[in-house]
Amino acid sequence: MSETRFTEQHEWVRIENGVATVGITRYAAEQLGDVVYVELPAIGKKVEAEKEAAVVESVKAASEVYAPLSGEVVATNDALSADPAKVNADPEGEGWFMKIRLVNPGDAQKLMTRDAYDAFVKGL
Amino acid sequence: MMNREGRATTPGNAARPDAFQTHSGHRALVQEEPLIFELGRPGKIGVDLPEPKGTQSRLGNTARRGFIGLPDLSEPEVVRHYVRLSQKNFSIDTGMFPLGSCTMKHNPRLNEKMARLPGFADIHPLQPQETVPGAFEVMDELARWLKVLTGMPAVAMSPKAGAHGELCGLMAIKAAIEARGEKRTRILVPESAHGTNPATAALIGFTVDSIPATPRGRVDLAAMKAKLGPDVAAVMVTNPNTCGLFENEVREIADAIHGVGGYFYCDGANYNAIVGRVRPGDLGIDAMHINLHKTFSTPHGGGGPGAGPVVFSDALAPFVPLPYVVSEAGGHRLVEHASEDPAAKPFGRMVAFHGQMGMFTRALTYMFSHGADGLRQVAEDAVLNANYILASLKDVYNAPFAASGPCMHEALFDDTAFEGVTTLDIAKALIDEGFHPMTVYFPLVVHGAMLVEPTETESKETLDVFIASMRGLAEDARAGKVERFKGAPFLAPRARLDETAAARKPVLRWEPPKRAEAAE
Repeated sequence: MSETRFTEQHEWVRIENGVATVGITRYAAEQLGDVVYVELPAIGKKVEAEKEAAVVESVKAASEVYAPLSGEVVATNDALSADPAKVNADPEGEGWFMKIRLVNPGDAQKLMTRDAYDAFVKGL
Repeated sequence: MMNREGRATTPGNAARPDAFQTHSGHRALVQEEPLIFELGRPGKIGVDLPEPKGTQSRLGNTARRGFIGLPDLSEPEVVRHYVRLSQKNFSIDTGMFPLGSCTMKHNPRLNEKMARLPGFADIHPLQPQETVPGAFEVMDELARWLKVLTGMPAVAMSPKAGAHGELCGLMAIKAAIEARGEKRTRILVPESAHGTNPATAALIGFTVDSIPATPRGRVDLAAMKAKLGPDVAAVMVTNPNTCGLFENEVREIADAIHGVGGYFYCDGANYNAIVGRVRPGDLGIDAMHINLHKTFSTPHGGGGPGAGPVVFSDALAPFVPLPYVVSEAGGHRLVEHASEDPAAKPFGRMVAFHGQMGMFTRALTYMFSHGADGLRQVAEDAVLNANYILASLKDVYNAPFAASGPCMHEALFDDTAFEGVTTLDIAKALIDEGFHPMTVYFPLVVHGAMLVEPTETESKETLDVFIASMRGLAEDARAGKVERFKGAPFLAPRARLDETAAARKPVLRWEPPKRAEAAE
């Protein structure tokens, strides 16, 4: 189990064997409010770092979720379509969005550590 | 992936403090009203006709055998149902409706009287042109006023609303770029823009590039310049902008976009703040829509159709869509085909006919009854009223841009001064106070935004009651009286609704009770 890394767009990423599990952070989930719908990419879709990969919709707004790193989508959390509330209840666990097989796992080092992200959020 | 709204959408756990229950379920003379389908009882009818004698059905197999599915009701039941529903509507004719950005202002009754004259109300777009010279004169005169007020040489009258006007403006820009033999793909839109701006640009195939705002709530000119290039078709700027602020650098924005060969589209939704004071043509604007239902007092929202004429600069004037009225020595003539006007290169047409004729009549009546000086005073009073509210509330509500000077026609606040009380709580509590809430959580660039537009038609007395209510709510919020807000409105026919449940488990149609159960 590797450590969790974070983006300025409030996604988290956890890498095991070159596959990154991606979701949105607790801060993001709280700011969005109650999530009512999640649109996930198709398995096999190539995603590019910092480009749109999924959509999350709360009661008031729809927001893009960006791929933290480039790669190919190998799994999505289909439980979210039946129960999008998981994103609010457990954003960094059961509320995960997708798994991406990374082109270059080393790129994760460029993302923020938890301490750096916490400091970033505090500054917002 | 963030929005910056921070909107709480569930009602909280507070009980209604006034738990008094009536036997009927009505609250005094406020009647509970079921759906009309639930009111119906089999066999009830509004009109009693005798059974015809000696007839024989020739419908054969096509005769209806099943249940028709319409409610069975008497005439007084139908009348009461719809009158009760209409009484539940809160409108600008009921009380103050301070929706920022949407401009709910008084619709003068003189407008209505003129629009109902049979010569305007009873005409048809397909009747012979020589029978409707008055309609053409209204359209031409209104067009002339719009051109003079904005300092622009051309206008398209047919767009049916603001966003339709945006579409018209961008289609003219696209046509002008194609006429130059160029291909441009990007449109710059500030992040404080009306949501329709990027949607319109995307609809006709442009890529939208967002420009950040400065801490003063204006377009970041340096950031905009950094995004300019030969592939930029246009910039879309709302002025005054959605924070209720005048874009002071509007001339620099115009020069910058023109410098790369692009066009300047202005969202004129907030033109009511500057009408008679500023001519958009002098600001370097190439196209701007005007919401007749905002600036020129025609009914808005549920009250009537919108109308969004678009004024154009010399650069875009040849591309104005068909049809349009031209004024000639012998009177007015409708140009329906490009071949009828050698100078024209219309990009096409927006609608089948000529626009919202009823709104044209109302808007022109408003112009005639106010005159040029009166229209200027409309803008001045709208700005004065908004600044009165800003000045009266900025010590108890955080006003994010108050430090940058006075506002235009709307005052912007947020909920950052409070702990545990949000913008939604304030808005809902305002319903208990007898006001329609202000616009909430817009513009998106401000967390917990409250956008208040009093309009020029509210009296100082009304504004003072509104201000006193808002100050009282702010004091309760600052005193930490969270229970006073959670679950509000308490005095409305329905308390706080659960928006989350409504979105997650929407009930989109009424289902009749099972026939077997109904028979029991």
